[in-house]
Amino acid sequence: MSGYTFKSYLEKSQLPHMWCPGCGDGIILRAYTEALAELCLAPQEVVTVTGIGCWGKADDYLGTHAFHGTHGRALAFATGIKLGNPDLTVVALMGDGDAVTIGGNHFIHAARRNINLTAIVTNNYNYGMTGGQYSATTPLEGKTTTSPNGTAEPGFDLCFLAEAAGANFVARTTCYHAVALKNMIKEAISHQGFSLVEVVSSCPTYFGRFNVHPSPVKMLNWLKDKAVPVQKYREMSAAEQAEHFAVSTLVNKNRPDFYTTYKRINRPDQSAKGEE
Amino acid sequence: MNRPPIQKTVRISIDSRSCKKCGICYGFCSQNVFTLARDGTPEVTNPSNCTYCRLCDLRCPDFAITLEVIS
Repeated sequence: MSGYTFKSYLEKSQLPHMWCPGCGDGIILRAYTEALAELCLAPQEVVTVTGIGCWGKADDYLGTHAFHGTHGRALAFATGIKLGNPDLTVVALMGDGDAVTIGGNHFIHAARRNINLTAIVTNNYNYGMTGGQYSATTPLEGKTTTSPNGTAEPGFDLCFLAEAAGANFVARTTCYHAVALKNMIKEAISHQGFSLVEVVSSCPTYFGRFNVHPSPVKMLNWLKDKAVPVQKYREMSAAEQAEHFAVSTLVNKNRPDFYTTYKRINRPDQSAKGEE
Repeated sequence: MNRPPIQKTVRISIDSRSCKKCGICYGFCSQNVFTLARDGTPEVTNPSNCTYCRLCDLRCPDFAITLEVIS
């Protein structure tokens, strides 16, 4: 036993946090800190990089090293930090707005380069912090404050996007599945190369109130009903697939990460030494 | 499935400073350990039912629940 508990990674003086009652972000932050404790990582070995948004506030409550960057650029900063000091464990916490709406280009290129870092993307289907506007993951006809009759744009599937761009590890779960979420984050941090954990989260204040129900319990139950294991999802008809999303590990590859490949090509002597 | 209840005495405490009364602990406890007061404050009314599954603790978005196994 390392002696670390989830509380070892929290900045207690900053709590209680600013998130709304029943927000999924608190559940994900708990799973993240539990995962760090189970991996026995010292807080000073971990850098948490965040962008802007509700989930971007997570670094305020964390006792790990933290870098609070600009909107959508968390992965760009995380790439620099990881390549500057490859011994650090770098985790980027982003919302759907951060990861694929404003920072879409950074997202696909981090996956393409296969930078050895972990991205935990909280997908609550809207911009919660700024008042519930639609984002690039809001599903077609999803009601938000800027699309009161439903948006005319279909939403991105983050996991397919990351898989197509070349990510090594891609997994999806929801904040209802708290134990699976913790295990998935552990696996993602341990995996070499770019790892994505998409957490479909509940925003009872905006997306929930307009599309499902303002009750946090009903929102979590809605997520539970929408999430189906990937094997079952593949057997579904197209109409059923549109109503659900696949959860569990979707991609698990062992493509060499950027730093390993860079060393092999540019510093063959060092690369050989490192492998001994 | 009728599994025999796991005999554990668990002390459950809710930090009223952190709790935002979202009702998740009450809504998902399969053993009816919690009840909600009229204003939505969760109260531990049946602690002897607790099987220490820890899901209320892990799902509490506000880190307000502490579980301690006494015996």
